[in-house]
Amino acid sequence: MSAPQNRTDDGGVPVPVTPAGATGGAPAELPPSSPAGRGMFGDQGTGDVSGYGGLVRPQRSIEAATRPYGGYFDEVADALEEAYPAFGEAIEKVVVDRGELTLHIRSERIAEVCQVMRDDLSLRFELCSSVSAVDYLGADTRRLHVVYQLTSMTYRRQVRLEAAVSAEEPHLPSVTSIYPTADWQEREAYDMFGVIFDGHPGLTRILMPDDWEGHPQRKDYPLGGVPVEYKGAEIPPPDRRRSYQ
Amino acid sequence: MSASNYATERETAEGKVFTVTGGDWDVVLSGTDPINDERIVVNMGPQHPSTHGVLRLVLELEGETVRELRSVVGYLHTGIEKNMEFRNWVQGSAFVTRMDYLAPLFNETAYALAVEKLLGIEEQITERATTIRVLMMELNRISSHLVWVATTAMELGAINMMLYGFREREYVLEIFELITGLRMNHAYVRPGGVAQDVPDEAIAKIRDFLKLMPKKLAEYEKMLSGQPIWLERTQNVGVLDATGCLAMGVTGPVLRSAGLAWDLRKTMPYCGYETYEFDVPTHTDGDVWGRYLVRLAEIRESLKLVEQAVDRLRPGPVMVADRKIAWPAQLAIGVDGMGNSLEHVAKIMGQSMESLIHHFKLVTEGFRVPPGQVYVGIEAPRGELGVHAVSDGGTRPYRVHYREPSFVNLQALPAMAEGGLIADVIAGGASLDPVMGGCDR
Repeated sequence: MSAPQNRTDDGGVPVPVTPAGATGGAPAELPPSSPAGRGMFGDQGTGDVSGYGGLVRPQRSIEAATRPYGGYFDEVADALEEAYPAFGEAIEKVVVDRGELTLHIRSERIAEVCQVMRDDLSLRFELCSSVSAVDYLGADTRRLHVVYQLTSMTYRRQVRLEAAVSAEEPHLPSVTSIYPTADWQEREAYDMFGVIFDGHPGLTRILMPDDWEGHPQRKDYPLGGVPVEYKGAEIPPPDRRRSYQ
Repeated sequence: MSASNYATERETAEGKVFTVTGGDWDVVLSGTDPINDERIVVNMGPQHPSTHGVLRLVLELEGETVRELRSVVGYLHTGIEKNMEFRNWVQGSAFVTRMDYLAPLFNETAYALAVEKLLGIEEQITERATTIRVLMMELNRISSHLVWVATTAMELGAINMMLYGFREREYVLEIFELITGLRMNHAYVRPGGVAQDVPDEAIAKIRDFLKLMPKKLAEYEKMLSGQPIWLERTQNVGVLDATGCLAMGVTGPVLRSAGLAWDLRKTMPYCGYETYEFDVPTHTDGDVWGRYLVRLAEIRESLKLVEQAVDRLRPGPVMVADRKIAWPAQLAIGVDGMGNSLEHVAKIMGQSMESLIHHFKLVTEGFRVPPGQVYVGIEAPRGELGVHAVSDGGTRPYRVHYREPSFVNLQALPAMAEGGLIADVIAGGASLDPVMGGCDR
């Protein structure tokens, strides 16, 4: 597939030329968070002239929570603080949102924290439900956030740990020695986001082919796709369609 | 070559004397590895009738004993999570339903619950919509477990069970077709409720099914439970105890067969499961046999739940009242199949400019979801199905991750199979009930 030209065949809308940093092989595209690659008429607002009330909503920013957190969250935080001497240094932020507790952990401390979370008798997070990553491109300099969902079967509690690393230095300790179930899930996060888990027994790609280049679920990785002809009209691939901001 | 290669020599008064020791056996033996030289590496799959889909297993065998096993996944990776980031929130339903294709309604419900939690509208979901979700999920659990019994029995040599299992599953799929219009890939459970109401003929069909299924279950048990070959192939095979399950993150019937009654419907209820009466079947052996018994018992429990859900259905709306979120459609059967009802189209097109604009904006752009992240876990037929959804405040998901029980559970296969016979790899793998569409997403 060739790189996109300065085409005007999408209903006369000029398409930006290949953005800087885009590599060949797949259709280049600006990241979704970039305003330049989106919108029908280069409009920077919502483009909404209908007066439809639901479109413009105040953006709720997520603030760090202050005590008391409510529910069992205080007990979890207290227990962790008591069991883990480096609590103050390791915990960057505590967020309580939509009834869920998120502890933002300094990335190099994540394995230690998981160890305490699993072993301390008043925490007992025996099950690591999920490990995945989110790419906050443009919103955070340490854009790759690794997210751990821990479940305590004893106390029936759930906690989310979040550790942020940068794309240039995407290293953090693996938790496979504490939660063996993280093995494949860390491999998936490596495969899709390029996060490197130090100490993982075999950090290789798992879903993509072994010789694949790039990490597909990063936000600056294009979706790809080919235009499809339907009843005489050419339908561009999803990431090249006209869309709202 | 001199003789000294084989024997040391020394000079004596009588002449040269050689001492033949034959002690080079150490050298000879060091070149062979009695354990590893007998090992062969066998590749099984990804196209193999008994790996439950495109799963590839690389086995290191010593005779018939499996010494090492590595599973290779990813052959059915379709990039659903990435694709969803380029569609609006409602369109996501049509993507997630295609992940675990034997339990589509669980994928949809977990997604809908996550989006509703992000929107903060959990309280506004109508009673009827929630009851329909429970009804559909439990029917789906029955059909999924039926496929499990059918395929596992086939892989262990009981072809007749395969035919019976799929026959009864077909009955459930017909119910689904009546309600959602499709046998699979329904996109029926949507953020805000469900796509359309349950028709009366479906209720009648469900009641028939409730009468029919217990008899069929008794038949399956008569056919398999006392069958010596079935017992030989399942008892003490693929054992994984509760400690192993927790370490490997294995949930669902496999964990319950090891004796831990962990069922999210009971332990962390959602969709009002705490108001239903049902039991969590467990077993203590942690083998394939235990998983078989647990799954059959779960079908019975699901039948109880379906009956309670049908009894509870009261007339009412199946979508939230909030017009900024509810999908603006009124489906009806027309000459060309299911679509928007003509009256609804006439109203939009003919009567109200505002309703046309509203319809257009909601369908093309979609609703906005306040920024934040949530995690919702539900009890799918294979274990904990978790959805981690992140919104940046836009009309599309910023990131959706599925914690797929098939993916997580498959990691436990080496722990079950290594040291056992190659035939038991099939039984052990099948007892995990992996669905590769869900595993690879």
